[in-house]
Amino acid sequence: MTVSTRRGALASALLVALVSGLPASARAAQLEVKIDNFTFGPQKLRVKVGDTVTWINQDDIPHTVVSIGHFRSKALDSEDKYSFTFTTPGAFEYFCGLHPHMQGSIVVEATTGSAATQ
Amino acid sequence: MPAHDDDRSSDGVSRRKVLECMTWAGTGVLWTVAGGIPTSVGLVGEALAQTSGFTFLQISDSHVGFDKPANPNALGTLQEAINKVKALQTKPAFMIHTGDITHLSKVKEFDDAQQIISQARLDTHYVPGEHDVIDEEPGHEYRERYGKNSKGAGWYSFDQNGVHFVGLVNVVNLKSGGLGNLGAEQLAWLADDLKGRSASTPIVVFAHIPLWTVYETWGWGTDDGAQVLGLLKRFGSVTVLNGHIHQIVQKVEGNVTFHTARSTAFPQPAPGTAPSPGPVKVPDDKLRGVLGIANVTYKVGNSRLAIVDSPLQG
Repeated sequence: MTVSTRRGALASALLVALVSGLPASARAAQLEVKIDNFTFGPQKLRVKVGDTVTWINQDDIPHTVVSIGHFRSKALDSEDKYSFTFTTPGAFEYFCGLHPHMQGSIVVEATTGSAATQ
Repeated sequence: MPAHDDDRSSDGVSRRKVLECMTWAGTGVLWTVAGGIPTSVGLVGEALAQTSGFTFLQISDSHVGFDKPANPNALGTLQEAINKVKALQTKPAFMIHTGDITHLSKVKEFDDAQQIISQARLDTHYVPGEHDVIDEEPGHEYRERYGKNSKGAGWYSFDQNGVHFVGLVNVVNLKSGGLGNLGAEQLAWLADDLKGRSASTPIVVFAHIPLWTVYETWGWGTDDGAQVLGLLKRFGSVTVLNGHIHQIVQKVEGNVTFHTARSTAFPQPAPGTAPSPGPVKVPDDKLRGVLGIANVTYKVGNSRLAIVDSPLQG
């Protein structure tokens, strides 16, 4: 499950790179959200369009990462990861579908200027 | 044996009466509920009294597939729980499992659980926990196995010896920031299911997540649970059995007795006593003292069902 999730994320990151005509490493950042003690950390994360966020479950209990209408992970067992590449700006609120009191948000800012025109 | 004594204590309660309330006891703390107040009456070594009426069992939160430090062998402790069931002198009418049969909804976990639970040779009525509905197509595996005669995500009712049992599902379509959730469709079904039933019919409602708010910060409650209690208000005897929180919590409010069962897999902390509700690692020799099963007895004429929680050991 972990492997295929990561492969999927890599594939979509690659797709973004192809579409924008950039090498994958040029602009996109890789960021992490840790799931620990039934909380997302950092609870609020700012990223840029094209960045990939990877959630890592460090609890002994499975969790999911759900943003209605945007993304939804499978159940993440301990140490499982889920990645999502943000391609549009906006605020993405998400929660754990199993423990919905666990909430977080990703704020995606538009990239400015040169990268898009290169 | 004491069960035949009829000596009266100074407050006029006959000893026989008290012992009738016990009805069954394994090794463990016995809860008897009289006058609206649940009372622990101490450790009891073995089965005590005959029962009229009938008994049924509750097991919960087996988490088959869990292998973390809090219990590296959840399948093994489920086996121990079922061995305890098999050894009961009074055969229960049936068993209910209040969810989290599996840890990750995997086919093998469901298979392993079934292989062990079926050894009890009891009709077993299930409701899913949130861990049972996290397969690829959420809830598919659970419904294939246990949802044949149920509605929606797996809710249903049945009758036994004049008692009406209702199994509810409050672990699907959970809302961000919310608690357990039943949803409008299930509530409408429940209203219809209860319609026309006499107020004197004893009702037992079971679901995975507590239907009342035990601890909101950890999500231990059900958003629309109060609506269920509203529908049950007119009934003289209501018993609500839940799991999810891996510890015994019991309270009585009016005609309603609430009870949560222990897990057969691992304990969770008391509300607010830890940074999160995650599994608690206790010393190996203490684990079986915090896991267990519950035996519930209904006696005709008693408005409250007697619930006896029994640890696997200790």
